[in-house]
Amino acid sequence: MTSVVATNQTILVVGGGIAGMTAALEAAETGKRVVLVEKNPWLGGRTAQLYRYFPKMCHPTCGLEINLRRLKANPNVQVLTLAEVTGISGQKGDYTVTVRLKPRYVNEKCTACGDCAQAVATEIPDAFNYGLGKVKAAYLPHSMAYPMRYVLDPAIIGTPEAEAARAACKYGAIDLDQKEEVVSLKAGAIIWATGWRPYDAAKITPYRYGEFPNVITNVEFERLADPHGPTGGRILRPSDGREAKNIAFIQCAGSRDENHLRHCSRFCCMGSLKQTHYVQEKYGDEGKSTIYYIDIRAIDRFEDFYAKVRANPNVTFIKSKVARISQDKDGNPVCWGVNTEGYKRYANTHDLVVLAVGMEPEVKGVDIPAEVMSDSSGFIMADPLNGAIFGAGCATNALDVNRAVQSATAAALRAVQVVNQIARAEA
Amino acid sequence: MSELNQQMAARYKNNFLKEIEEQAEMGEWVKMCMQCGVCSGSCPTHFHPGWEHPPQEIFMMIRAGKREEVLTSPSMWMCTSCYNCYVRCPRKLPITHIMHGIAEYAYRLGLAPKMQPTLHLSQTFWNNCIKTGRVNEVRLTQSLYFKDGFMAGIKKGLEMKDVALGLIKAKRLNILEALGFGHKCKDVQGIHRMLAKARELEAKRKGAKAQAA
Repeated sequence: MTSVVATNQTILVVGGGIAGMTAALEAAETGKRVVLVEKNPWLGGRTAQLYRYFPKMCHPTCGLEINLRRLKANPNVQVLTLAEVTGISGQKGDYTVTVRLKPRYVNEKCTACGDCAQAVATEIPDAFNYGLGKVKAAYLPHSMAYPMRYVLDPAIIGTPEAEAARAACKYGAIDLDQKEEVVSLKAGAIIWATGWRPYDAAKITPYRYGEFPNVITNVEFERLADPHGPTGGRILRPSDGREAKNIAFIQCAGSRDENHLRHCSRFCCMGSLKQTHYVQEKYGDEGKSTIYYIDIRAIDRFEDFYAKVRANPNVTFIKSKVARISQDKDGNPVCWGVNTEGYKRYANTHDLVVLAVGMEPEVKGVDIPAEVMSDSSGFIMADPLNGAIFGAGCATNALDVNRAVQSATAAALRAVQVVNQIARAEA
Repeated sequence: MSELNQQMAARYKNNFLKEIEEQAEMGEWVKMCMQCGVCSGSCPTHFHPGWEHPPQEIFMMIRAGKREEVLTSPSMWMCTSCYNCYVRCPRKLPITHIMHGIAEYAYRLGLAPKMQPTLHLSQTFWNNCIKTGRVNEVRLTQSLYFKDGFMAGIKKGLEMKDVALGLIKAKRLNILEALGFGHKCKDVQGIHRMLAKARELEAKRKGAKAQAA
């Protein structure tokens, strides 16, 4: 049985991505007791799945490393992975929360040696790589996973393979008797930082995502460019494994569209501008990028970054939202549309099309088990009716990493104020 | 230049966008266009040589005040009402309806291109059917067949004679309509009064819009 130490002076943080980790740490470093709940078997969220950040083009592993060190050094934070909040009752300063914990089947004795993976043959889609490629059913989620422990997929539990994995473990770390459990805990304030998910590109039917293998999304492209990704950092076409050197980026795939997402997702313009760097970096002058856009929204200080990409002769900008994509006999995607500058028709053939899909709040369509106000796109709105449930990061708005961290710090401050009030009242 | 055209040109001076907003059906939507180009890219007739300006360009021309060029353009008349643009517009502009609204306004001002096929058909059909409240098929076909001259009309008529005979046999076409007989509404006067009232209401609504602005 997992024991959780929590009182009504504890702050519960839901979601362990960059915003949740930041909020948890900021609160914990002021001396508050924090419980951090994460659905995945690892922390870091979608930030960990990026290859590089804009605008400095550094690796997210660096930023995560700092946060993980802070986390390991802080006894005030208890992390629950494979955990989901199923119920919230009570009010500001006195919440009772139920959390469902799924079994990992691997305990804290794990050294991440990988012997269990050797003993297992079954493969499952690699969730960390957005399903591009497969992993063994006994796997380490990614090279920087925290906790640094293997996970056994439920698919092999109860089969001889699970027994083989247990037998292979030299440390007695595999515990096949773990069961799903539900724990109840108290909290004075709750920070809801469940982040975002990429908009389902298959809903934009004229782009034929899911049907044409060489039409992929921006988050998948991050994984292709990453040396730890499924292709070892080579930008290969899914259809034939050929190097993709002529790449189209389609902006506003889903965003700014009343039929899909009403809001501007803010990060995708910068995301695609950043990704043109990957193409330049891998192929030099042989790599060509084409950005199809309505207008480039490189907000505030990012204008410089945009100007530099503009100056790159290997990057072409076409002011037009692509109307549809077809596929030629060699499997090359062809973009059709009308260029707003001159109103001329085009049909351009590329090796690969990257859809810059927008952000959909993870809370949309999912009931937060409490009364919380949200806007027309499903993002959490700040409202007195929310009590002491505070949104943070991409659960509240379409934000980049930098702004998500700012939002998380603000939420932590609000939660700390609530807990301080209770502490004074009880003193 | 028609009198109405002169009046409108004088009233709105250099503000063509405002003129379209107040005078053309659905014109108030024009300013919502963000120039993404999905409408033009989705338009099946955009390959046609008569489709001079795609919808997004028409909207930009309206904003740029190109009154003469927009209103005399055959582009709006090329719309086939397939509604592809309407369905796909990210801003939910009723583009098909806006195209028809601008076309109708151009016609009202007397600026629409003469003998443009869509315009010719609409006009002939309308004038034909409001007379009795029912379409006089024989006269309608006649006027369409003979639009390009007498010999062309005879040729077209002979081409279609089997269809016509079939229709007569099936009692779908009454040849006496050529002489003004045939089907009509029971209360023809009532139809005319109704249309007159509709015109009056429309004029009132447009007048109110112009005054409110």
